[in-house]
Amino acid sequence: MKEMVNIYVMGKLYSVPVGLTIMNAMEFAGYKHIRGCGCRAGFCGACAVVYRIKGDNELRFALACQTAVEENMYIASIPFFPTQKAQYDIKDIKPTEQIMMQLYPEIYSCIGCNACTKACPQNLKVMQYVAQAQRADYAACAEESFDCVACGMCSNRCPAGISHPLVALLARRLNGKYIMPKSAHLEDRANAIAKGDFIDALEAIAGKSIDQITELYNHREIEKK
Amino acid sequence: MKSIIYSQKMKDSMVNVEATRKSRIGADPVRFNAKEKEELLATYHPDFREQAFSTLEVGANKGGKVPTELHDLLQGKSRMLGQKINLKDVKYSSDVLVIGGGGSGASCALEAFAAGCKVTMVTKLRIGDANTMMAEGGIQAADKENDSPATHYLDAFGGGHFTNKPELLKMLVADAPGALQWLNDLGVMFDKDENGVMATTAGGGTSRNRMHACADYSGAEIMRVLRDEVWNDGIEVVEFNSAIEILLDEKGNAAGAVLMNMETGELTIAKAKCVVLCTGGAGRIHYQDFPTTNHYGATADGLVMAYRAGAELRDADAIQYHPTGVAFPAQMLGALVTEKVRSLGAMLVNVDGEAFMNPLECRDITSASIIRECSDRKKGVETPLGKAVWLDSPMIDMIHGEGTLLKKLPGMLRMYQKMGIDMREDPILIYPTLHYQNGGVDVNADSMTTTVNNLYVAGEAAGGVHGRNRLMGNSLLDVIVFGRNAGKCAAAQAKKTEMPTKLNMDHVKKFDAEVKEAGVKYNAKSPMLLPDYTDIKYKGIL
Repeated sequence: MKEMVNIYVMGKLYSVPVGLTIMNAMEFAGYKHIRGCGCRAGFCGACAVVYRIKGDNELRFALACQTAVEENMYIASIPFFPTQKAQYDIKDIKPTEQIMMQLYPEIYSCIGCNACTKACPQNLKVMQYVAQAQRADYAACAEESFDCVACGMCSNRCPAGISHPLVALLARRLNGKYIMPKSAHLEDRANAIAKGDFIDALEAIAGKSIDQITELYNHREIEKK
Repeated sequence: MKSIIYSQKMKDSMVNVEATRKSRIGADPVRFNAKEKEELLATYHPDFREQAFSTLEVGANKGGKVPTELHDLLQGKSRMLGQKINLKDVKYSSDVLVIGGGGSGASCALEAFAAGCKVTMVTKLRIGDANTMMAEGGIQAADKENDSPATHYLDAFGGGHFTNKPELLKMLVADAPGALQWLNDLGVMFDKDENGVMATTAGGGTSRNRMHACADYSGAEIMRVLRDEVWNDGIEVVEFNSAIEILLDEKGNAAGAVLMNMETGELTIAKAKCVVLCTGGAGRIHYQDFPTTNHYGATADGLVMAYRAGAELRDADAIQYHPTGVAFPAQMLGALVTEKVRSLGAMLVNVDGEAFMNPLECRDITSASIIRECSDRKKGVETPLGKAVWLDSPMIDMIHGEGTLLKKLPGMLRMYQKMGIDMREDPILIYPTLHYQNGGVDVNADSMTTTVNNLYVAGEAAGGVHGRNRLMGNSLLDVIVFGRNAGKCAAAQAKKTEMPTKLNMDHVKKFDAEVKEAGVKYNAKSPMLLPDYTDIKYKGIL
């Protein structure tokens, strides 16, 4: 018999094997997920849960697919949280100070409580990246927020109503498009192909017989790492 | 040794790994020759286990073999049999109906919208809940001086065992740099240096360093930007609604789909001039009981719907087992350990500390070689759920300098740390895991199915691009290149097409009649939509 732990899913007691993730444990208990389950690997943010260990006042936030169950865990699933998405055309905006003011003015209402950071299951410094966004330091905000999975737990806890994951996403897109250096070699190659420069060589190799191309493949030069 | 959760047996073996580590830095284990590769695949690759496949009795691929689990779904019982629905009661009407909200679906929707079409996207879970979101390693494109689309073609064609569809593969490699440029212009943060030169690494089977990445969140970074762009364009996105059958018009052309609300069960009708299936892969079917890296909804729904509507499949019996899935601890069984770990220099090492192969062979060869090491050669490490081999991750910082693993593989490092393992200090245990559907629905260069007009397929659901084995970094590329292609081609076709007026589901009844006539018993209801992990056989471990 496997060692078991007691957990409470939405307040109801279940006994589940030790070592399971919260997601697996809920399935073991008989929950067939529709919401609250996505990639099952920590990337998609679908499976955020809030929990408290019995007798402990601290609220904890986690991704159900990445977190093991503990004895006396009281778990609530939060598969959706309403955030406010600003619409924009990335081609028309620039990484200026005004752009955050226009699109996400609520970030300037941050009261510095740091509840967002405490709620982040990815251990990101959420309040700090919001401060960077306020200062229009989009490169720093982009780096700091890069591992965000947009589960929305920060927004859930925010007294100022900030939609942190969307603020961070805007900062990253501004960074990727305007702030990071342009890749001339990529643009040149794409343009050259569009002009037809590499097409003859491609057609030539694609036109070879299977025997010829097998020979080429088996003796191709492999670049050193 | 820093990690506390390894068993004593594992720790004993780890001593052997540590003993040989230094001598392996800078070594380049000899690669298998063509004959060795052939023998490895035939003897050890799961695709060669004949008893795991069944012959289709009905449909365009009648007489062909597919995995038995897929066979049962392709010839499964339609969810619409015996259901009454008014096909004239149309809820969503559009030029282009995109089914699926992953990388190809989003790329397709954006291009069809840009071409001036009214687009509806329907998706079973949320937009972005897809394998694209989970792609860690990177995306290939021949954009460096020493590289070319022709070289990319040769790598992918050889890696695919020369079975790729040339007209598709040519598009994949020729459109790759343009696809990356498109993503970069949308604001995707690729890894690059201060001069804008893209950081590129090797992948299994590539002859040039052409793997581009966004740390180990490559797919996630691309997906969240595409999703944001879909939102910015105001494209209609209908979430938690799964297509369960294609609808045809009186000429037999695709003309819409029946949708099922995943939460309420309500059925609705979507009508369109063109339909694009971007429904992804099939890992959650768990072929041969393998664990999988795939997201929750990867259940081959698109293949099932398209097959019932008359589409033909190709290479549907060629499944990719990713060589490095988590083998320990059990609660993460089958999760992906990105190939980038090997690209950065980590070697595959057996119980005795021997590097038993070159770590950068193609995926099918590598998986077969690991299975051989753990079976006939008896050189696997024992875990609670079977044998495994080591992936010697501490080599990465030794080769590239301290801090590299943290910078290049932050997601991977975090996942293991949460399980009590520091992969910078200690190696990790891996075994092949079900990763990718190499084949899929047969399509032409316009991404349209070869047998059903106005039905398009893009991304993992389509076959041909990768032949029987896909290289790392060609799938993220595939979803962008062919998602966009399908969007543009469907938009052009929609402009020439009248909005269908008479929708029908006659093909569903016809298929049912053929199944009965062939004397085939229904083993499943299909499409599957979601796996059921409340079933006792999973014991809460997948």
